[in-house]
Amino acid sequence: MEYILQFARILGFCLAGEALHFLLPLPVPASIYGLLLMFIALQTGWLKPERVKAASAFLIAVFPIMFVPGTVGVMELWDVLAGLWAPILLAVFPVTALVFAVAGHVTQFLLRGRKDD
Amino acid sequence: MIDFLSSSAVWGVALTLGTFALGRVVQRAARLPWLNPLIPASAIIIVLLTVLNIPYADYKASSTPLTYLLLPATVALAVPLYEAWGKLQSKLPAIIIGIGAGAISGVAASFLLAKLFAIPKEHAVGFLPKSVTTAIGIDVTAELGGHVSLAIVLIVLTGIAGNVLAVLFCRMFRVTDSVARGAAIGACSHAIGTTKALELGETEGAVSSLAIAVAGVITAVLCPLFASGL
Repeated sequence: MEYILQFARILGFCLAGEALHFLLPLPVPASIYGLLLMFIALQTGWLKPERVKAASAFLIAVFPIMFVPGTVGVMELWDVLAGLWAPILLAVFPVTALVFAVAGHVTQFLLRGRKDD
Repeated sequence: MIDFLSSSAVWGVALTLGTFALGRVVQRAARLPWLNPLIPASAIIIVLLTVLNIPYADYKASSTPLTYLLLPATVALAVPLYEAWGKLQSKLPAIIIGIGAGAISGVAASFLLAKLFAIPKEHAVGFLPKSVTTAIGIDVTAELGGHVSLAIVLIVLTGIAGNVLAVLFCRMFRVTDSVARGAAIGACSHAIGTTKALELGETEGAVSSLAIAVAGVITAVLCPLFASGL
């Protein structure tokens, strides 16, 4: 029962996120509004972490399973993918490495106040 | 067979859970910790659907209960974020600027890539949000009139690349600080990368969770600006 209640509380924040997404004319998805709302609720002490913690831990643990259906969608896109294989490879590897390097180094540089290398 | 499957409400979920469990067995048996079970699971399902001549749409419809969990699971990331917030407080400006710089360079690089290869707009749009979480990337792509399935493929591939290569990238780019590692992993590979960051440590996981939100919001604002130039 406790899990059900915890899940229901999380869904409450999802619903609030969907409402904000519906009301505000910004291209910000419901999931981000919901995440921020639940975070604010936790931060202000309005929501005790124990009241959502177990269900959250479960949802986060099974996260990768939720991406399987989307990944399988690749089977419908062979033609498109075949025509775009070069930019896809470049986007998936070098661009990802670039984002990693920029985000990692800027953060590290600002934290240390000096360059790492 | 098809008639049975379209009348069955559980086969998509059962198949996904079963192949994911099998994927974990493969991951352990092959002693390849970087081999996310997502890859063997998806490969097995693609082969099965192709061999049995089952349309992807049927599988997709039947696995909806799993994709339904994406929204609450993304919202649930608020908990690890909250738990490390106290530790991060003085470091937040550095984290947010770092993630912002990563998000901008990613969208700009994807934009240049699309221009370089003269990719038609409906496909090019899917490249822009490739480093953000699936839920956000889908919304952004749809809003800009892009090909949603292509965006999902790019997001998932990017996420897997980030997840699989995170440890290598940390070494290669000499990102040694836990906070910077979390920022880098979350900024480049969203929720899929974050599952790796959570394995690396509590701080990495929390910063990476924060990065999903921060990179997601920044990217959602940047994409319409860049898309108008495609």
